[in-house]
Amino acid sequence: MIRFEEVTVAVGNVTVLDRLTLAIAPGGPTVLIGPNGAGKTTVLRVAMGLLRPSAGRIEWHGEPRRAIVFQRPTMLRRSALANVRYASVGRDRTRELLELVGLAHVADRPARRLSSGEQQRLALARALARDPEVLFLDEPTASLDPGSTKAVEDVIRAIGARGIKVVMSTHDLGEARRLAAEVVLLHRGRIVEVAAAPGFFDAPGTAAARRFMAGELLL
Amino acid sequence: MPDDVSALDLVLAGDPALFAIVQLALIVSLSAAFVAAAVGIPLGAWIALSSFRGRDAVIVLLNAMMGLPPVVVGLVVYLALSRSGPLGSWGILFTPQAMVIAQTILVTPIIAALSRQTIEDLWLEYRDELTALEIGPLRRVATLAWDARFSLITALLAGFGRAAAEVGAVIIVGGNIEGFTRTMTTAIALETSKGNLPLAIGLGVVLIVIVVIVNALAWAFRRAAERLAG
Repeated sequence: MIRFEEVTVAVGNVTVLDRLTLAIAPGGPTVLIGPNGAGKTTVLRVAMGLLRPSAGRIEWHGEPRRAIVFQRPTMLRRSALANVRYASVGRDRTRELLELVGLAHVADRPARRLSSGEQQRLALARALARDPEVLFLDEPTASLDPGSTKAVEDVIRAIGARGIKVVMSTHDLGEARRLAAEVVLLHRGRIVEVAAAPGFFDAPGTAAARRFMAGELLL
Repeated sequence: MPDDVSALDLVLAGDPALFAIVQLALIVSLSAAFVAAAVGIPLGAWIALSSFRGRDAVIVLLNAMMGLPPVVVGLVVYLALSRSGPLGSWGILFTPQAMVIAQTILVTPIIAALSRQTIEDLWLEYRDELTALEIGPLRRVATLAWDARFSLITALLAGFGRAAAEVGAVIIVGGNIEGFTRTMTTAIALETSKGNLPLAIGLGVVLIVIVVIVNALAWAFRRAAERLAG
């Protein structure tokens, strides 16, 4: 589906991604975990085409149909409905998508007046309006309360059930356990471990992963 | 308009000459502000979203042009529209149209510079989102201009304020002809030169009240629209 081949991203003297090679296949959510600065967001931005690698390449199987939801999505200054309709391609599924994310009742409300959790779900609906094959989510529940987090996670499951590949980053190991089919542990721009979720959480294959799971700082 | 009465008397008496002056001043200044907006907002948006060699110099020049001296603009427009000038065949010197042209030249840089800054700031906020949504250049401009509409109203008001308060350019290209090209500001200049200070002050107060009313209406519209759009 997507293949990173020796991808390096350098900003000035800092190497954010270091010869990263990773294959992302169709299926359940792939969750990127790792400490702050590990390169999780950069992986998503490079895959989305928002950042050009300094070296290496990214190959897509076919024409990329992709969308992203940022950690702090920007709402356009218009209604929730108009935000989704703005992004629509092909058949207008605005109402259906608002139903999917549980926001049909606030369709006509200004998007910027919605709560953080509602804005995050609206951003999911807007991204889905692009009719993506792969949906990238950058820390989709960061700074949300537990109720809003559950609502967003339910939407992510519903998206996965529609056959859309979800690739997301999180610093919340609990969330990774709840959602991941596959886990990618990153540290300092390199992949430490890639594994199916149950195996990873039950018995991490590397010492660094075991230390990270135990709550130790990876330095 | 008699010399020995105050502007308040004229207003209270519904003096037709005074209302003709007020009407012309509003038509000229609002026309100039709207034409300048039609040119200045797209120009500002284009500069905000473009990268080209010399962009910084263009921005500095545009910002500097916000302080264009009205008498210089008036002189240039006068020379262009005078019988021997390149646009002399239009035959519009000493008409309200000439006054609109002069004020449009004065106001366009103000609206363009303020629009450029407003849209550039919004672009920084929207860039990732619009890029990820694969929005093309023209739709980007339209989106940013629409979403910045409340701030752009302020730019429009700044332009209108400049036009309404301006006297140097309109007196040169309009000629301050009674009943035809006399506006509030040119009437104030004339009455002051004649020593009729009470009337000049009264006209000044009327002008300020009109500008405040226009701004208050625009503000009320902005607040109402913001409540609806968020």
